[in-house]
Amino acid sequence: MPASFMPSAQELMRFAPEMLLTLAGTLIMLLEPFTESGNKSRLAWLALGALLAALGLTAVSAADPGPAFSNMLLIDEFGTFFRFLVLAVGVLTILISTHYLRSGGHESGEFYALLLFSIVGQCIMATANELIMLFIGLEVSSIASYVLAGYLRDDKRNNESALKYFLLGSFATAFLLYGIAWTYGITGTTDLSLIRSALLNPASRPNEVLTAAASAFLFVGLAFKVSAAPFQMWTPDVYQGAPAPVTAFFSAGPKAAAFAMFLRIVLTGFEPLKKEWEPLLWVSALATMIIGNFAALRQTNVKRLLAYSSISHAGYVLVALTTHSGPGAAAAMFYLAAYCFMNVGAFAIITHVARRDERYVEIADLAGLGTRQPLMAGLLTVFLLSLTGIPLTAGFFGKFYIFKVALDQGFIWLAILGLLNSALAAYYYLRVIVVMYMEPAPEGEGELPAPAAGVLAAAVGSAIATFFLGLFPSSLLDFADKARRIFN
Amino acid sequence: MPFQLPAEVPLSWYLILSAILFVTGAAGFLIRRNIITVFMCIELMLNAVNLTFISFSNALGKVDGHIFSFFVMVVAAAEAAVGLAIILTVFKNRATLEIDEVSSLKL
Amino acid sequence: MLETLFFYAFAALALLGAILTVTLRNAVHCAISLIASLAGVAGLFLLQRAEFLFAVQIVLYIGGIMVLFLFVIMLVNLDAAARERQYHRQWIAGALSVVGTGLIFAYFLTRGAESLKLNEPVPAGPRNSEAVQMLADSLFREYLVPFEVASLLLLIAIVGSVVMAKKRI
Repeated sequence: MPASFMPSAQELMRFAPEMLLTLAGTLIMLLEPFTESGNKSRLAWLALGALLAALGLTAVSAADPGPAFSNMLLIDEFGTFFRFLVLAVGVLTILISTHYLRSGGHESGEFYALLLFSIVGQCIMATANELIMLFIGLEVSSIASYVLAGYLRDDKRNNESALKYFLLGSFATAFLLYGIAWTYGITGTTDLSLIRSALLNPASRPNEVLTAAASAFLFVGLAFKVSAAPFQMWTPDVYQGAPAPVTAFFSAGPKAAAFAMFLRIVLTGFEPLKKEWEPLLWVSALATMIIGNFAALRQTNVKRLLAYSSISHAGYVLVALTTHSGPGAAAAMFYLAAYCFMNVGAFAIITHVARRDERYVEIADLAGLGTRQPLMAGLLTVFLLSLTGIPLTAGFFGKFYIFKVALDQGFIWLAILGLLNSALAAYYYLRVIVVMYMEPAPEGEGELPAPAAGVLAAAVGSAIATFFLGLFPSSLLDFADKARRIFN
Repeated sequence: MPFQLPAEVPLSWYLILSAILFVTGAAGFLIRRNIITVFMCIELMLNAVNLTFISFSNALGKVDGHIFSFFVMVVAAAEAAVGLAIILTVFKNRATLEIDEVSSLKL
Repeated sequence: MLETLFFYAFAALALLGAILTVTLRNAVHCAISLIASLAGVAGLFLLQRAEFLFAVQIVLYIGGIMVLFLFVIMLVNLDAAARERQYHRQWIAGALSVVGTGLIFAYFLTRGAESLKLNEPVPAGPRNSEAVQMLADSLFREYLVPFEVASLLLLIAIVGSVVMAKKRI
């Protein structure tokens, strides 16, 4: 316990990115009433600047790793990795959303402020080393997300998305909290390192049935948040109903942060219980892949298709998690980074094609995109091929590392079934590509406007990241490999 | 022999009570159709969690659990403000609060 | 002895309130039953020497959150809803899954009850005035960051409700 109330400068430095983003969000809210409705994009620039500065501060704080604020936070390579990831997703989301909001006449400071606040929550989820801190970070991220999902509040689809996200999210939170309460009861602590030592200590080893109950409740809460089967059913409705740029954000930022939390809980605090967790994760990973891929086959709406595809991708990450190993964690981290870039990139193109009020979100609406706008079609093709897992793209190495780890650790059946699943997934991704290039553009739909600069920048940036990770995977993998050492 | 009441209430009684409250809330969440009632069931579940925290905290002789349930209450307040605002916009746009009818998105 | 009697009274209040919340037809009645249940739990807090939480439960939960609920229920016209079917079409599935969960839980509790041994020995509880002091000490030292972040959470709640309620965005 620190002697005084004042935290040290070192601790404040480790928490600097979050503090900066909070200040920037508050500043945006203060400036909002003084900004005329034509000039709201200035606030977007401010948010963008804050995110870039936070990226810089993350790099600075990574130079001096260690705990902060009585071990509430642990700034290590693992946390830094996910901080970088969610901040990058935030930058891309702002680039995608400015034009979308302006064209609908919905641009306002609240959107950017809530986005920044949500990212603060995700940064906390990435670095928290204590269950209560994790929970509060999760709620900061979630409550801001509920509002973002229903941001265009006169749109019925937005309403429904927000309502479902909110009700099921709170339900999941209650389960997570009940799990935390039981964990606190049986170990006497909520600090993940102390939970680990309490579970390892044979003298005080708690009752197995009770630890199983605590684990089960925690698992339900976490599985909801990463949309793993059998708790994935909210994902398609929420993703379909939310505004397209917000869906891009949901499918990447909160998901990566939720996985960061999942990885940290399973691989540190509950690592002594890995025998008990393994069958649970095994079944959930398989079910998530199967449900995601089979449901995606039947979809005609692109947003819904990508929602199911994001469920199946969560399944692949769970395969890595099932191995309960350091290399598994590194593979999961690499995969999440690759997944974030390719998925946000794909949603950037969808945002562009959907146009105002999202009237064009069916797969059929993509027909002829290859001739109408070859650049956009080409970029979407890159992202879809990467999601499929074609070599030279990030998605290929992501899947490769995950299945390699699964084979190395003796999960042969899970690896085989996962590979079969990703072969199946190729069908629905390629179907979209075929529609783009082989089918003629529909008549009388009006001209597709040129892409907005922000969307183009986000899509090109994501494509570069996708290729970079596909051509030089070791650059990121080395970092992930260093980060995962905290788990051994 | 007449039935004897224990002098002190054992921890397990509190835990069983909170478990029953939690399951009641979860049941209500799953079976009720009115959105506001569904939300109230979530509050019931959070309340059960708080009871568990306080009971464990008392048994362990620590104050941490009190702080946790304090945070749970703060979160519940924030959730209630946002959630009820969302429910009101849904009502404005659809004039219904039956959960089955809020399903224009494909299932 | 007296404590046990109080436990029974508060537990009965909490349980009855909970069951009525889940089963009653009128949303206002549900809210009032929930208040009863919350009050019962508040009493149980007091029995376990959590005076501060007892006060917070009454002031924040019953006085704040539940009044907000009642406001919203009054704002939306639910007369029609009260006459309609109250339970989901999938209520059988829901009820079954809950009974399943309950059974599993009962099993856990009966099996685990004897060996529900907590890690650390239980020291004598602090006296009342000290307990609140310890709470404050702990809240502003160890739990300073969660406390500050909780204020961010409340800010988000304010901004969020304004976004949802504003005339035009």
